[in-house]
Amino acid sequence: MAKSRAFDVRRQTGFVPVALLCFLVLYLPIILLVVYSFNKGESIAIWEGFSWQWYVKAWQNEKVQDATILSLIIATSASLIATSAAVMAALATTRTKGFRGYTFVFALINQPLMIPEIVTAVALLIFFAIIKVATGYTGLMYLIIAHSAFCIPFAYMPIRARLQGMDLNLEQAGADLYGTPWRVFRRVTLPQLWPGVLAGSMLAFVISLDDVVITEFVKSAGQDTLPTYMLGQMRRVITPEVNAISTALLAISVALVIAFYLLSKGGPQKNRE
Amino acid sequence: MIEISGLSKTFGSGANAFTALDNINVEIRQNEFFTLLGPSGCGKTTLLRSIAGFVDPTSGSLTIEGQDVLPLPPYARPVNTVFQNYALFPHMTVAQNIGFGLEMQDRPKAEIKQVVGEMLELVQMTAMADRMTSQISGGQQQRVALARALAPRPKVLLLDEPLSALDFKLRKEMQIELKRLQSETGITFVFVTHDQEEALTMSDRIAVMSSGRILQIGGPKDIYDHPAERFVADFIGDTNFLEATLQSVAGEVATVTLPSGKTVAARAVQGGSQSGAVTLAVRPEHAVLTRESGLLDGVLENIVYFGTDTHYHVTLDGGSAFVVRKQNQPNTGEGFETGDRVGVSFEAGVGQVLRD
Repeated sequence: MAKSRAFDVRRQTGFVPVALLCFLVLYLPIILLVVYSFNKGESIAIWEGFSWQWYVKAWQNEKVQDATILSLIIATSASLIATSAAVMAALATTRTKGFRGYTFVFALINQPLMIPEIVTAVALLIFFAIIKVATGYTGLMYLIIAHSAFCIPFAYMPIRARLQGMDLNLEQAGADLYGTPWRVFRRVTLPQLWPGVLAGSMLAFVISLDDVVITEFVKSAGQDTLPTYMLGQMRRVITPEVNAISTALLAISVALVIAFYLLSKGGPQKNRE
Repeated sequence: MIEISGLSKTFGSGANAFTALDNINVEIRQNEFFTLLGPSGCGKTTLLRSIAGFVDPTSGSLTIEGQDVLPLPPYARPVNTVFQNYALFPHMTVAQNIGFGLEMQDRPKAEIKQVVGEMLELVQMTAMADRMTSQISGGQQQRVALARALAPRPKVLLLDEPLSALDFKLRKEMQIELKRLQSETGITFVFVTHDQEEALTMSDRIAVMSSGRILQIGGPKDIYDHPAERFVADFIGDTNFLEATLQSVAGEVATVTLPSGKTVAARAVQGGSQSGAVTLAVRPEHAVLTRESGLLDGVLENIVYFGTDTHYHVTLDGGSAFVVRKQNQPNTGEGFETGDRVGVSFEAGVGQVLRD
């Protein structure tokens, strides 16, 4: 007798194999990358035994050290700047009632998501070149500004989502109870917004850490971030050192995601309407 | 206490302009339970929000204890609001919520602690002090919202339909609770509701609003027994409307001729016409049904039994309908039946002439 199964509208035949295939294509390369980062030999395709040597090598490589520090400085600064700007943008686009040109402003904020990155990169290159000629400044600020700019929409999205779900009455209650606008923002709005701010800043951090195209165009000589350093290495000899660096980056990203998950789950922010 | 004069608010402009408040004049007294009553969209909430400072009136003046508050932002006004959905801060405990207003006023920590303790006691929530607001029931949230608004000892407490989210039984309890809190704290309450029963049971005075205007201000009995306008008579309780002819007015007494041709003394309305066609309002429970001919005569169409009372629907000899309500007594046997010819009567001074 055939196994009788109640009809379920949520069930569609063939979905499970497709899903499995997608996961395989997504994660198998990453697993291989991680595995070969522990390879004893110099090849990224032939397994010769387990070793930590590429991690040690990467760790001791001064260029990798410099690139890592630069990456972290840029990602941290860009994340802070982008998140602050995103909070203000989100407040302005959700707290004000549908002003004229609202959609236009919304599109402006999210411009980096819609314009091809290469176009932004070329535009920034030319724009910064003009400033460089005029001022003679060749420091890190160009990269930080560029990264902040393209990180804004990523920070903006979760913050805006959080704000839209927030009860406007709470802020009115704060104002009604003698809270000046700034104190209401600090004591009522921001604590409510915090999970969104956290999510936005982490997303911005990871996006900045990961960027190649714009960094490659904007950076001055000697300003290599981890991704651009890795790209430079790939052009010469590929050793499992690149695997090791990639694996470390992967670990940082996963750690951030887990940290965010735990932060947003626990704590007093737990509120269900 | 609160003096409002010539207050108007228009939203939008040009063809889309909407007048939410139209020349509001009212004086709310010290330690009064004052209710703004009206259907949704009548402007009662806009008026309340004007007092709180969330609506900026287009014109007019609003003073609290002689102080012009219109230029002040909400956080500088000596009023607190209980919001319709309570608007408790979800990231704070019950005690922190109650202490928020005092904290914003930079009161000393010891004082905040003491006042919060008193407030928790006042609303019987001491045991819940350290709970998050999401962990308490709707009725308890209501109490916390009240305590939070009362803690800074405002001169005026504004309540925006605070009971509408509660179920029937809890609403009854909270009505009594609110009256108790008002008399214990001595704070002036301005209460907004669309529920006429709530308004009648709790208020010292009621302002009935419609289309941005205050139609009538008075005590619950005054408003119920002597509605000045058709809208008020219709909105509060059930009313029979009779087309009558005004013969003469002498002070508060008006002499009117009913459609049946009989003449009766009724109560005149201030600022009404002195003669001609008028509408007379008679409450169903103020009229009696008789077997013999009365002030009005007709045929009993329908009898509806309500438990506490019975409604007799009469079609008068001119075609109009009239309802008489009679409280049920044990062992009564009037024995009216549908189709009977009946008389309808009411005493002199019971009918109310309405303003046009």
